[in-house]
Amino acid sequence: MIGNSLRQLDPKEFDNHKARHLLNRAGFGGNAGQVAEIANMGLEAAVDYIVEYENSSSYGSTGEDAFNKDIMRPPTSSERESFRKVRESGNESALEMLRIKRQQRQREDRIQIAEMEEWWFKRLIESPRPLEEKLTLFWHGHFATGYRTIENSYHMFQQNNLFRNHALGNFKDDLVRGIIHDPAMIKYLNNDKNRKGAPNENLARELMELFTLGEGQDYTEDDIKEGARALTGYNIYDDEFIFRTRQHDTGVKSIFSRRGQFDGDDFVDLIFTRRSVSTFIIWKLYRFFVNDLPHEPSREVKSFVYAVGNLFKRRDWEIKPALKAIFLSEHFYEKTNINSIIKSPVQLIVQSMRCIEPPSKNRENMLRTLTIASDLMGQRLFAPPSVKGWDGGRTWINTSTMFMRHNTLLYLLTGQRPDGYAWEADSSPFKATEVLGSERSDPKKVVRYLLTTQLGVETPDADRVSTLLDYLKTQHNSINDHTVKGLLTLITAMPEYQLC
Amino acid sequence: MCDHHHEQQTTSSTGSSTTYSRRIFMQQGMAFLSMATTVPLFMQRSAEGIMLPLGSLVTSRAGIPDDRVLVVIQLSGGNDGLNTVIPFGSREYYVNRSQIAIGEPGSTKYNAGAALSISGVDGYGLHPNLTGLLDLMENGQAAIVQGVGYPNPNRSHFTSTDIWHTGNHTGQGYGWLGKYFDNTCTGRPTPKGSIAIGNRAPLALHGATQKAVNFETEELFRWAGTSGDESLGRLYDDINRQGSANSTKDDSQLDFLVRTSLDAQVSSDRIRAAVSKRPLISYPGGQLSQQLQLIASMIRADLPTRVYYASLGGFDTHANQLNSHANLMRQLGDALNTFQKDLGKQGNTGKVLTMVFSEFGRRVAQNGSGGTDHGTAAPMFLIGDNVRAGLLGKHPSLTKLQEGDLIYNTDFRQVYASVLEDWMGADSKVILGKQYKKSNVLRS
Repeated sequence: MIGNSLRQLDPKEFDNHKARHLLNRAGFGGNAGQVAEIANMGLEAAVDYIVEYENSSSYGSTGEDAFNKDIMRPPTSSERESFRKVRESGNESALEMLRIKRQQRQREDRIQIAEMEEWWFKRLIESPRPLEEKLTLFWHGHFATGYRTIENSYHMFQQNNLFRNHALGNFKDDLVRGIIHDPAMIKYLNNDKNRKGAPNENLARELMELFTLGEGQDYTEDDIKEGARALTGYNIYDDEFIFRTRQHDTGVKSIFSRRGQFDGDDFVDLIFTRRSVSTFIIWKLYRFFVNDLPHEPSREVKSFVYAVGNLFKRRDWEIKPALKAIFLSEHFYEKTNINSIIKSPVQLIVQSMRCIEPPSKNRENMLRTLTIASDLMGQRLFAPPSVKGWDGGRTWINTSTMFMRHNTLLYLLTGQRPDGYAWEADSSPFKATEVLGSERSDPKKVVRYLLTTQLGVETPDADRVSTLLDYLKTQHNSINDHTVKGLLTLITAMPEYQLC
Repeated sequence: MCDHHHEQQTTSSTGSSTTYSRRIFMQQGMAFLSMATTVPLFMQRSAEGIMLPLGSLVTSRAGIPDDRVLVVIQLSGGNDGLNTVIPFGSREYYVNRSQIAIGEPGSTKYNAGAALSISGVDGYGLHPNLTGLLDLMENGQAAIVQGVGYPNPNRSHFTSTDIWHTGNHTGQGYGWLGKYFDNTCTGRPTPKGSIAIGNRAPLALHGATQKAVNFETEELFRWAGTSGDESLGRLYDDINRQGSANSTKDDSQLDFLVRTSLDAQVSSDRIRAAVSKRPLISYPGGQLSQQLQLIASMIRADLPTRVYYASLGGFDTHANQLNSHANLMRQLGDALNTFQKDLGKQGNTGKVLTMVFSEFGRRVAQNGSGGTDHGTAAPMFLIGDNVRAGLLGKHPSLTKLQEGDLIYNTDFRQVYASVLEDWMGADSKVILGKQYKKSNVLRS
């Protein structure tokens, strides 16, 4: 029964429609040429190509020097000494100078985080390894950390690299263990304040509740208290993790009814002996990659998730085999799972950029505008609303974000900004007809082609076809850059465009 | 129909059958609402509320007019109640707040100025910048309920906000006003809608079947594509309004999107038409003032919306709070005063009740940085012709504290109960899960 749940899709059934689904979910879609290319590879080669992205060219360095790491660096000992002297002297103007300098650094750092946001958006749009970026986004939402709390852009950058470097790595040893050594997370969940005799439970709690086991699953309040003791002394200095032995509680702890002089790494090992750990993260991956499940999951869905969970456990918490099994499965390509996820703001923007290739790419302020639009739609990179990350699903959509979504697409197609009424100069006119296939004269065929490719549907809805034909009629049925842009404007404003 | 609604609500949100945690609830999105839902889709539209003509709507209780409006304002971040209603007669107040205390009326001893005195009240005054609110009080239009809170206070912004929004000590489940709508028997299955100003609809307005319409500014609350091509506008409308024809009965993601699109279109038309008129009075600057101006214009246009929601942020004053809190008090008092005057010119003060709350107050003692940390009980304000004007309830004791925090005298659900029953004509027990003793804030 369980073996059945992971049954592979019959390779003969892997067509353009399913290839598009795979591209949408394992990344951010693709243009018609890319869809056809993936379809032609055949199921297994296509999944390999997408998942084994380390074999394809990388987007370029995320080297440590990509951003300035010294803006928020801690003061040197001689600086500390001079601060102390200033404070002791009570010299008001010198104190004021220090305050101003501090504010300048903070301002500079806020500029850097804004640049980082644009940097990541560009990567999301342009990287030849879309799955790598998509998973980086997934882990960012899972191990959510917000810049506004930690006020250190370089730590956010380091964390982003952690997620990218181990996007398909080992959940236990790379990611969970990595996150308890990660400066941004240590700061965000106050583990820098967690010391022997004065424990802070924040990281211990979220480590189980949000990162590995699920709320109230498989652990008690006492396990949190004892786990917090194990994590004492896991601290940071500047940009590095540091284990402060004098802050660490070396006493015996009792976690999950086992006793020992555990430290934070032992705590992680213990967590991975719990039952819930094999399915908790798989459920989350399922909601992100397969179906965001507005309703109680069916039995079929449950047995699929348990089967992937078993595989995940057998393969010692490696993400790659689990994800591969999902992308190869018949279940993944079922009708109920295609177009079942409400696009996140990032997915909406990046997928549109990749599929339509609008001229906005050439606009100077494009990336800035897109980060603002994404924020107005409820998703700001490096600033998830809380440690829970983004709730996703239907919470993306309300009457206000609906208009923002339509207007953002309008911006991509026409250059009209979504956050006001100013138009940006259009440096290169949109050759919209390039999104068309070989058929460029028959209105009916053009309309059907656009609906199929842009909405990812097998057969376009008859009402939608006739609405678009109505539009072409007002344009004397001519197919040109202007009218194709008009068609795309309407298609991207359809409720079904919000799905992928 | 109405009974059906009622039944469903009590089992899905107030009953113990809901074992879902808030987290799962949020992960699955508001969608989980629809799990319990067998109500046909056409009954679930929030925008339908504001589409209905006046007169088709009646409340369940005789004697309560059907066009009454509730405006809820949240002071986000935790308002410092002790620097809002100043207990200048208390020695402890000055001992605990050496840098940020406000003097007794007429005093010149304090940087923060002197409290405004309230006629007939000894020992307590208002923040010096709350002149607008004092004016309303003296006019018999404003009440301050002192020391409002709840048992086992939670000091997290997130959780305490949820507790206030749901009326439930766990902070889980649907919003109290959402439940009000779910339970309203109007003679039609769909009651009047609610509108929130902001890019998120607050939890308070989410019910099992009721969803709020929300928008931030009217400029952003429309499709901007019509300016390019006339014919596009008409077809865009077709696409986003033909919703119901395409809907199925299984409440799929697509149904949800179609419904929300339709809500957005319909409410955009009416709201933008409503707010396009110049107000009868000029409003001061500031976030809250802008929101109340929008709300006043919608009330003036007779939208049959029963609940409006606005918020003012910035109350999380952990450091150097004197100036920032003073600015907020100025904004708040002036905005409330102007709003009420506008309603007066419209002739609508009799049908609008405004309620102001914050998720918690702040600690009695100031902290080391000239600010205050998260605390507990704080005052609520109620404004309207029907309120029992003045300073109501008892000010919380400054000597009998719990872990350095004020002990509440009035449970906020007592105020909700009174608003629900005496203003909205609803059964507060069904909505709040138990019968709270009504606080005596409204004249019946």
